[in-house]
Amino acid sequence: MPQIVVENLTKTFRVAERDPGIGGALRGLVRRRHRAVAALGGVSFCLEPGELVGYIGPNGAGKSTTVKVLAGILVPDGGRCEVLGRVPWKERIAHVAQIGVVFGQRTQLWWDLPVVESFDLLRDIYRVPKADYARSRNELIALLALEPLLDVPVRQLSLGQRMRCDLAAALLHAPRLLFLDEPTIGLDAVSKLAVRDFIRTLNRERGVTVILTTHDMDDIEALCTRVIVIAGGKIASDGTLEALRARVTRERWLLVDLEDADATVTDPDAEVIRRDGHRIVLAFDPDRVATAVLIARLAARHAVRDLFVQNPPIEEIIARLYGGEEPARP
Amino acid sequence: MRRDDAPGLYLRYVGISLRGQMQYRASFWMLTFGNLFAAGVEFLGIWALFGRFGSLSGWSLAEVALFYGIVNTAFALAEGIGRGFDTFPGMVKGGDFDRLLLRPRPTALQVAGQEVQLMRVGRLLQGLVVLGWAMTALPGAWTAPKLLLLTGVIGGGAYLFIGLFVLQATLSFWTVETLEIMNTVTYGGTETGQFPLTIYRPWFRRFFTFVVPLGAMNYLPAPLLLDRDAGGIPTWVSWGSPAAGVLFLLVALRLWKIGVRHYTSTGS
Repeated sequence: MPQIVVENLTKTFRVAERDPGIGGALRGLVRRRHRAVAALGGVSFCLEPGELVGYIGPNGAGKSTTVKVLAGILVPDGGRCEVLGRVPWKERIAHVAQIGVVFGQRTQLWWDLPVVESFDLLRDIYRVPKADYARSRNELIALLALEPLLDVPVRQLSLGQRMRCDLAAALLHAPRLLFLDEPTIGLDAVSKLAVRDFIRTLNRERGVTVILTTHDMDDIEALCTRVIVIAGGKIASDGTLEALRARVTRERWLLVDLEDADATVTDPDAEVIRRDGHRIVLAFDPDRVATAVLIARLAARHAVRDLFVQNPPIEEIIARLYGGEEPARP
Repeated sequence: MRRDDAPGLYLRYVGISLRGQMQYRASFWMLTFGNLFAAGVEFLGIWALFGRFGSLSGWSLAEVALFYGIVNTAFALAEGIGRGFDTFPGMVKGGDFDRLLLRPRPTALQVAGQEVQLMRVGRLLQGLVVLGWAMTALPGAWTAPKLLLLTGVIGGGAYLFIGLFVLQATLSFWTVETLEIMNTVTYGGTETGQFPLTIYRPWFRRFFTFVVPLGAMNYLPAPLLLDRDAGGIPTWVSWGSPAAGVLFLLVALRLWKIGVRHYTSTGS
């Protein structure tokens, strides 16, 4: 039984248009022109329990719109959507009691309250039984190392600390489903790692299903077993990270450090795509030329200090999938 | 059936809001004092007016003071409880309303709990002081039924003003630009209701009786509270006047629900 079923979801926003200047603003008071912006143009996917899915796409592709529909705070124009057997927006209260949501850009905590009091208030809001609450709270405090933060007012927390507290806050009621909207945005490297570790533990050990939207491709590579790419309101790709790579390009990269920074490098089967001092990046198709042959050819012609082969970074793949086009945000 | 702990949760919100405000102690005391002072000056103005003219369309200073006390006490209670609705447009604009939708509780309860303002005790105190003075200055004795009605009228008035705050907040689901017009009804309403509505023009009185039932804490219960001539107002209307505010709030909450539905279908 899938936990989430989304079928042919559509949503169009009406955006008010205004002419520039004071005249335009005044005209807008009387008569307003609207422009229809299609945010979702028939999105479909299913999620099984325990999946950890990366939901990615450029700004304005429909990521947040989808997450809002799944979270029950936005009603779509058409299509079917069932989460844990419920239509989210029809039974909002029953639905949101079963899910956890974290927005990286916005805290769910009370700004002036010590962290622990936000937690206690959430216990009352979600009506978590005392024993369950104590267990779940202590577990989360241990996993996220929150002990020293508990008495600090939220406004005094650093971004990384706040995100850890927000994650705990979204999980106190032990939801089976977690939506994370850019959970690592703006975090330093250490905090990012801590957040990723936590998400992995949560998914692997507690079996929580996670949908993660992000612009940080390292999040995706580190965490996701499955990647759904949305662009222009439509699903552009859905599958494993490897499948996504294979679909877009078979290309590999050969990174070479040369002794001579000014050497001219050419090869019939590889293309120089980047050059940075001694470092040269060559893209090649392993079906056309064996990696060993390419390396041998280069080593014969140039003094090679170091070299290694890698897959193109996921950013590159995604950029190609989007076709370099970023539709305007509604 | 699950035990309804909504009042309990609301009290939790109140406690938290108050504790938050106490973190800014200086600001709290200054605002409370400022509030008290402003309201005090206002009543002095009315006092001076009566000193000059003696009475107002047949109403004595003590009678007007009673209305003044009722309206200001009711408004202070409403502002204390429903202040979250007052600051709600900013919440919609900033997208913070989504956060409330993500929690498994009625949105109206959460909005009301957003902000409970303790500094309104200034206005409340002042309303109660004027009310107390009016009660001793009035010639009639305060029997138990009269006291009951007075309490009811103040309570009904508080409901009415909360209803107005809810309506004002509801409008912001559609627009954040035309809210000034609501201020003329909420804040204008308190100003208006401080005087007996009978001194105003008929259309104005009708508006504040049938559309926004401000009259229900004013000239409608007046015959019973002040032992005056009924002037054509049936006794049951005077007794029933507190219900008008409750009804008004219920209607406002219905409209609120429609507003929330509109919000979730437009996403803004």
